[in-house]
Amino acid sequence: MAKFGSGLLGLLCLMLGTPLAAQGVAPPPVAAPAGDAQDGAPPPLEVDVTGGISAPMPIAVPYLPTPAVQSTPAGSTDALGRQLAEIITNDLRNSGLFTPLQPAQLRAVVFPEVTAPAFDYWGGTGAQALVQGFVRANGDGTLTVGCYLYDVFSRIELARQGFVVTPADWRRAAHKCADTVYTRLTGEGPYFDSRVVYVSETGPKNRRIKRLAIMDQDGANHRFLTNGQSIVLTPRFAPNQQSIVYMSYVGDQPAIYVYDLGSGRQRRVVSGASLTFAPRFSPDGRYILFSMAQNGNTDLYRVSASGGQPQRLTNSPGIDTGGSYSPDGRRIVFESDRGGTQQLYVMNADGSGQQRISFGGGRYATPVWSPRGDLIAFTKISGGFKIGVMSPSGSGERVLTDAWGDEGPSWAPNGRVITYLRSAQGSGGAQVWSVDLTGVNARRIPTPLGGSDPSWGPIRP
Amino acid sequence: MASKTTILMLGAALVVAGCAKKRPEVLPPAPGETAPPAGTGTGINDGSVGTGVVPGSAEDFRRSVQSDTVNFALDSYDIDPTARAILDGQATWLAQYPNVRVTIEGHADERGTREYNLALGDRRANSAKNYLAARGVDAGRITTISYGKERPLGGSGEAAWAADRRAVTVVIN
Repeated sequence: MAKFGSGLLGLLCLMLGTPLAAQGVAPPPVAAPAGDAQDGAPPPLEVDVTGGISAPMPIAVPYLPTPAVQSTPAGSTDALGRQLAEIITNDLRNSGLFTPLQPAQLRAVVFPEVTAPAFDYWGGTGAQALVQGFVRANGDGTLTVGCYLYDVFSRIELARQGFVVTPADWRRAAHKCADTVYTRLTGEGPYFDSRVVYVSETGPKNRRIKRLAIMDQDGANHRFLTNGQSIVLTPRFAPNQQSIVYMSYVGDQPAIYVYDLGSGRQRRVVSGASLTFAPRFSPDGRYILFSMAQNGNTDLYRVSASGGQPQRLTNSPGIDTGGSYSPDGRRIVFESDRGGTQQLYVMNADGSGQQRISFGGGRYATPVWSPRGDLIAFTKISGGFKIGVMSPSGSGERVLTDAWGDEGPSWAPNGRVITYLRSAQGSGGAQVWSVDLTGVNARRIPTPLGGSDPSWGPIRP
Repeated sequence: MASKTTILMLGAALVVAGCAKKRPEVLPPAPGETAPPAGTGTGINDGSVGTGVVPGSAEDFRRSVQSDTVNFALDSYDIDPTARAILDGQATWLAQYPNVRVTIEGHADERGTREYNLALGDRRANSAKNYLAARGVDAGRITTISYGKERPLGGSGEAAWAADRRAVTVVIN
C-alpha cells in the first residue's frame, strides 16, 4: 500500500489521436468518426449546474475494454477497466447532474468499438450521453486510459482525452475522465481529481480523539497524518498541495503549524505564547492569514509562509477571525463581532477599507471566498447552523442547507460544490458532507470514522 | 429572552453549587441544603486538610475553594456576582501559596462556530485571569488556554451548554 500513497506522482494528460501516434503509442485501431461536433448545429447536450432543479442526464459508462489482458501492480487491465467505469459512474452520479446506468448491466464493449459506438444499442438504453474508453498496460510500466464522450442522439463525439498514469495513480485516470465529461457537458471547471484534508473524529464528545487525515474527494486512498495525541483543527491545503496548514494543541500550546505531506514533518509558524488559529494560505502560497488572541482580544494577521514577524491587519476590540483571501489575493473576507454579533466583513489585503457585507439577520461565520471569485460561502447561525452563499458585495444571499449543525464550508476547486461539517444533535457526532450550489444535492462523503473541518484541495495537475 | 437568560444563569448556579465540594461561602444555601457533614472544614486554612492532602496542592485547592469553575452567560465573558464570589475565594487561596502557578482553561458551548469559540474561550480565560490579577494575584503566575468547544462536559441541551460556558482554574503541580 505504501507505494499507493507516496505523494505526487506524475499524471500525463494527452489528446488522443495524432499526438499519441507521434509518440509511438498507438491509438485505438479504429479511426474517429468523420462527423465532428463543429458540423452544423452545436451539440444539444448541456447540463445546468446552478439553475433550478433540472432532471439529471441519463448517461452510460460501460466497462472499459483492454486490447490485451495484462497484469499490473494495480491489478489486471480487464479488472481495472471495470473499476475505472465504476469510479467514473460514481463521480458523475455524486455530482447530482447525471443518472448513470449500471455499468454491469450494459453492453460489453470490445476494444475496436471504443471509437465506433453501437449507437443503435445505446439509443435503446435511454442514455443521452455515452462514455467509452480503454485501458492498456504500456511497456514502461505505466497505464494509458482513453476516455471518449459521445452524444447518443446526434451520434457524434463530444470529447476525447487520454491519460498516462503510474499504476499507483490509476484511480486518478477515472477522475480525470469524469472531469472531462463534466466540464464538456456543464461548461464548469473540473473537480473530481482532487483531495480533501479533514479531521477524523472518534470517541464521546467530551473525550474526542482528533486526527488529521487526507483522502481523495470520493473517500478513496484514505490516510491518517497525525496520531491523535493532540487535538488538531481546521486544516487547509497549500495551493501547491505539498503542505497543509492547521492548528494543533501539541504541548498544550495551541498554535498553527504547517504539515509537509512529503516528509511528514510539522513546523510551528508563529512563535510566542499567544493563541494562534484559523490559518489559511494566500492564493500564491506566500503568506498565511491567521488569527491571534492577545489578552482576550483576537485580530487578523498575516505572516510569511516560512515564518517570521507577523503583520497585523485588523485592530478592533472584538473577535476578528475566519479570514479568507479572494482568489486574486487582493481582498480578504472575515468575521467579526465588533458590531455585537458575528458578521461578515470584506477588506483590502493590507487591512484597509473594512466594510460589513452581511445584513440578512442572524449571525454569520467562517466565510470562504470561492476560487472563482463570484461567491462567498459561510455558516449562518439562525435557528440551526446552515451553509449559505452570497456575492462578495453581500447581495444575493442563498441558504443551501438546513440542519442542526452544518458548519465550516470549503469550496471544490471549480467553485460549484461545497464540502462542510455536519454535526448531530445530542451526540455531536461529526460527518463530512457536500452540497452543490442548487442546494438540492446534499450528500455525505464517506469517511472511516467521524469527520469534521473538511478542506477541499485544488484540482491535481 | 431576559427571563430565559435568568433561568440559564440560575441553572448554571445550581450546577456550580451541586459540584462544589463544600458549602458555598457566599451564596445563600440552596433550598433544602443541609449543614455540612461534621468534620468538614469551613475555612480555607483551618487545618482540615491534614488528611493526607498537601497544602498548596491541586487537591488542596479543589477542597478549599467554593469551585474551580466559573460560568458565563451566552456569548458573554462578563464576570457576574456568582463568578466574583468564586474567584474571590480562589484569589484568597492563591495568596496563601504565592509560589503556586495556575492555568485557566476557557471553554465555550457547542452552539458556536469552532474558530469563534476558540477566541471566546480565550476571552473567558482572560476575564478570569484579569479578575484574579485585580485581586492581587501576580498575573505572571497565571497561564491561559482556550479549548473553544473542543472539551465540552458531554451533555446536550440548554443546561449542558450553560455548564460548558466556563473558565476552570487548574493548579499546576
